[in-house]
Amino acid sequence: MAATRGLFGSSLARKYWMALTGLFLSSFLIIHLIGNMPILFGDQEAFNLYAAFMTSFPPIKAVSYLLYGSILLHAIDGIFLMRQNKVARPEAYVSYNGKANATWASRNMGLLGIFTLLFLIIHMRSFWYEMHFGHVPTMDIEGAQVKDLYTMTIEAFHQLWYVILYVVCMIMLGFHLSHGMSSAFQTLGLNHPKYTPAIEKAGRYFAWIMALGFAIIPAYVYLQHLTA
Amino acid sequence: MLDSKIPKGALADKWTDYKSSVPLVSPANKRAIEIIVIGTGLAGSSAAASLAELGYKVKAFCFQDSPRRAHSIAAQGGINAAKNYQNDGDSVHRLFYDTIKGGDYRSREANVHRLAECSTDIIDQCVAQGVPFAREYGGLLDNRSFGGVQVSRTFYAKGQTGQQLLLGAYSALSRQVAKGNVTMHTRHEMVELVKVDGKARGIIARDLVSGELERHSGHAVLLCTGGYSNVFFLSTNAMMSNVTAAWKAHRKGAYMANPCFTQIHPTCIPVSGESQSKLTLMSESLRNDGRIWVPKHKKDAEAIRSGKLKATDLKEADRDYYLERRYPAFGNLVPRDVASRAAKERCDEGYGVNATGQAVYLDFAAAFMRYGQEEANVKGINNPSQDELRSMGEKVIENKYGNLFQMYEKITADNPYQTPMMIFPAVHYTMGGMWVDYDLMTTVPGLFALGEANFSDHGANRLGASALMQGLADGYFVIPYTIGNFLSQDIRTGAIATDSPEFVEAEQVARDRMEAFLNNKGTQSVDSFHKALGKIMWAKCGMARNAEDLKSAAAEIRELRDSFYKNVRVTGTMNSMNPELDKAGRVADFMELGELMCMDALAREESCGGHFRTEYQSEDGEALRQDDSMTFVSAWEFKGNDPGKATLHKEDLAFESVELKTRSYK
Amino acid sequence: MNFTINVWRQSGPEAKGRIETYPVSGISDHMSFLEMIDVLNEQLINQDIEPVVFDHDCREGICGSCSMFINGEAHGPGRSITTCQLHMREFKDGETITIEPFRAKAFPIIKDLMVDRSSLDRIIQSGGFVSVNTAGKQPDANAIPIEKADADAAFDAATCIGCGACVATCKNASAMLFVGAKVSQFALLPQGKIEAEDRVLNMVNQMDLEGFGNCTNTGACEVECPKGISLETIARMNREFLSASLSSK
Repeated sequence: MAATRGLFGSSLARKYWMALTGLFLSSFLIIHLIGNMPILFGDQEAFNLYAAFMTSFPPIKAVSYLLYGSILLHAIDGIFLMRQNKVARPEAYVSYNGKANATWASRNMGLLGIFTLLFLIIHMRSFWYEMHFGHVPTMDIEGAQVKDLYTMTIEAFHQLWYVILYVVCMIMLGFHLSHGMSSAFQTLGLNHPKYTPAIEKAGRYFAWIMALGFAIIPAYVYLQHLTA
Repeated sequence: MLDSKIPKGALADKWTDYKSSVPLVSPANKRAIEIIVIGTGLAGSSAAASLAELGYKVKAFCFQDSPRRAHSIAAQGGINAAKNYQNDGDSVHRLFYDTIKGGDYRSREANVHRLAECSTDIIDQCVAQGVPFAREYGGLLDNRSFGGVQVSRTFYAKGQTGQQLLLGAYSALSRQVAKGNVTMHTRHEMVELVKVDGKARGIIARDLVSGELERHSGHAVLLCTGGYSNVFFLSTNAMMSNVTAAWKAHRKGAYMANPCFTQIHPTCIPVSGESQSKLTLMSESLRNDGRIWVPKHKKDAEAIRSGKLKATDLKEADRDYYLERRYPAFGNLVPRDVASRAAKERCDEGYGVNATGQAVYLDFAAAFMRYGQEEANVKGINNPSQDELRSMGEKVIENKYGNLFQMYEKITADNPYQTPMMIFPAVHYTMGGMWVDYDLMTTVPGLFALGEANFSDHGANRLGASALMQGLADGYFVIPYTIGNFLSQDIRTGAIATDSPEFVEAEQVARDRMEAFLNNKGTQSVDSFHKALGKIMWAKCGMARNAEDLKSAAAEIRELRDSFYKNVRVTGTMNSMNPELDKAGRVADFMELGELMCMDALAREESCGGHFRTEYQSEDGEALRQDDSMTFVSAWEFKGNDPGKATLHKEDLAFESVELKTRSYK
Repeated sequence: MNFTINVWRQSGPEAKGRIETYPVSGISDHMSFLEMIDVLNEQLINQDIEPVVFDHDCREGICGSCSMFINGEAHGPGRSITTCQLHMREFKDGETITIEPFRAKAFPIIKDLMVDRSSLDRIIQSGGFVSVNTAGKQPDANAIPIEKADADAAFDAATCIGCGACVATCKNASAMLFVGAKVSQFALLPQGKIEAEDRVLNMVNQMDLEGFGNCTNTGACEVECPKGISLETIARMNREFLSASLSSK
């Protein structure tokens, strides 16, 4: 038997890691979106308590390191795969009709992923970094001093360019997830004629609910600001 | 005198006795013996894999880019085996008898019996290899019936049986390649046989990619190179199927046996135009459920040809189900030669359909309704409408032949579920081939021929689903034993050198021939000559032949050959990939073979199987065999650098176990 | 019908290729695409130009030889067909048709439209077989009943013709569908299950060594496959490989 590269290094293993980290990151999106909801209702206290909880509760902190690791692994593995796939066809076709047999999103996962990564960097610089290492003013909630991330967020979303960036990036994320979700199941071998159509549908719903949910917040805040 | 080396003893014991007494080669000696296998179809792949497994060093060659592409892959219908799983009265003897009778008593009893004996092992072998044969709901293997027999003994994998069997053999071959027991040379074509001391000891092969000529030596050479139907240009064979390897061997002393015995398959898609490059076969299994007919009245046929009338417009009473009419016992399941000739007869009489008048209908309407009723019964649907029945029936047919219906629709742009298929006979298989003895050895010691490349098992007509059986029997089960008879004398020979004068000369001959083509600077393409040859062959040496036509055909072919060497234009160079050059060499050999086929057809003064001489027919147009004078195998020896000077040797056929009867399917 | 043909010409593996344009006329709509190329080549020979080299053999969609990339698609427009089954009635009179070879690192070009697909053979050699001896006596074919659904699914996977359209069409030049099909055929049959673990590990390893790309699950291979091999086969391979990697000794 030839030496095989098993779960580290083989082409299939790279895909497993993409799928597993992708699914994990997606699950975090749900928590994140729920946590963001108070902004829509103008609930300053609830949002700030959620932010404080997420940055201080030890088990959550532990999970967050897993999350950072997943982001890194997903990104690095993805970039490696892109490179490998590029090398697999050194001379491009003169004419290539990709839309004839595959969706746009599925053909541009790398590009969409890179956009999402850039967004993440900006997003984390704006909020995560400030929250952890910056100078966020505090507010008093039932006697405790809590960082007022809410006000910072609202102010950020009063800038039009920033809101546009967010909405565009969320559309990118939507496309990324619309293929990525069902793709992850396929990669992990979970394909069955009975269930796969439902998984594909659910994946698309999930993708666009997430994208819409995250995009609506800055847009709503901005519109409120305009009309105020 | 031709010695077929048939073992003594009772027919049923010959092969068993032979196996227990044939000389063996010890494992240590096998490692020092090299065997060259040309072609990787069913016979070649199975032989190469089996011999490598026994311990011989095998060098396998194919001109395709992969051994998996050999034309065995295109066989559709199935493979026969005397398993009697259906308990419908089948046995080794019955398979033997059906094959002898189907071959119109022009094959060798002992070989055919051995084939029938091996048939059951083939199925076991293939299942063990993971060949996904069709199964019944209980999990056991399914069978279907085929033309010319009254039992269900055909194993199948939808309409892709050949593909599945070849991939099975290819996987066995691949396993041996990985182990290093087989050296695989793809995109290599044999262009000369090399004889040393009268024995086949090597070949000259052209590396089709680099264009280089290579010398390869071995202690034996196996030709598993298939048939030569492409001598007709239009046939169901693959575009590159050719006679070159066999013909080079023939020119070096291997006799060609019964070259005129060609099979014209009755169910092919009709020719549509001048630029047609090949014909497509629709599996004979379709005749299980399809009914063949033409209009009963000439005026209807004419109206259909001119497009004024559709097949579905014709009432039952106005249709002539001519096979059912002429052959009530077998109906649409008569052997191929009978079905083909009957179609030709109707078309010649002016009842043909299609714009060309060269087609008959194959109609599934009755089967749709019959299966629909069966389904309705199973599902407990009372009083189904005609449309419901038909659509349920269509589903059943789709399950059985879906890929064939799809294939038909793709080629003709006509939906065969709605209108009957149109079919016409086309050249499909050549029963003739290299003369071999019981060991499958040709008249050149050390040169063997397996599968369609030899002549031995099918006589004047091959039954459906028997080609796959023969290819695999020869490769998996026969040659591993019989080659020992020859190689056991070779254990002290040692490696065969490739720098001997014989190799040098053979290489030079090949090189000179190719350079002559390239330097010819003619004006006509190779294909144009091939097409011209095909037209002569089809018109005069096709489904019906007569002495006068055959004589003129031979003369026309000689003229065409002269013109070919004067006027052919071959582009490109010697030392590069050059398909035109390869084609030129093949067509040159077809031109010599064509003449020999006409000579053989002329010498065979009778009608038998696929060979129909119009001089020898009964009043109602049935073939008349001449058993008193013609019960022999014709074996032609090449003489004097001219196919026209070939001399005829006869191997008399002795029938001990069967009585020669007039084949009757009435 | 008349067409303008843009075709890739490359004199050898190391040579630089380019698109050449030739007009072709006198084409009838019932000709197959390869017969149109035959006519083009006949025209080229008459002009003493070397004809276009392309792989072809059976011309009935089963040998897997023909391998053209036509107007941006493997085997051209049309589904469940090989190039030899593509007919000129699918094109409009006067159309410009672009023909390229299948392109992948693992399919180096030999000449013009002809590529070397021996990488697929080597993948089969690495494990695409059941290790039974061919020269022996095997158990009776009906000794092990096989559920019809499994036998049928194994057959569907086994219909792969090894043409490489999946690789050619995949934006990553991945051979997953080819490997998945063979892994599936044997994984579904009791005869193949016995060495399923080694098989999938070895075949995937060989696939990686040959330099094929990875799978993004775009599904293009399934759409372009002449035999309609399902993406399910890739999922099954993924499953088999995962469990084999975890449990193999």
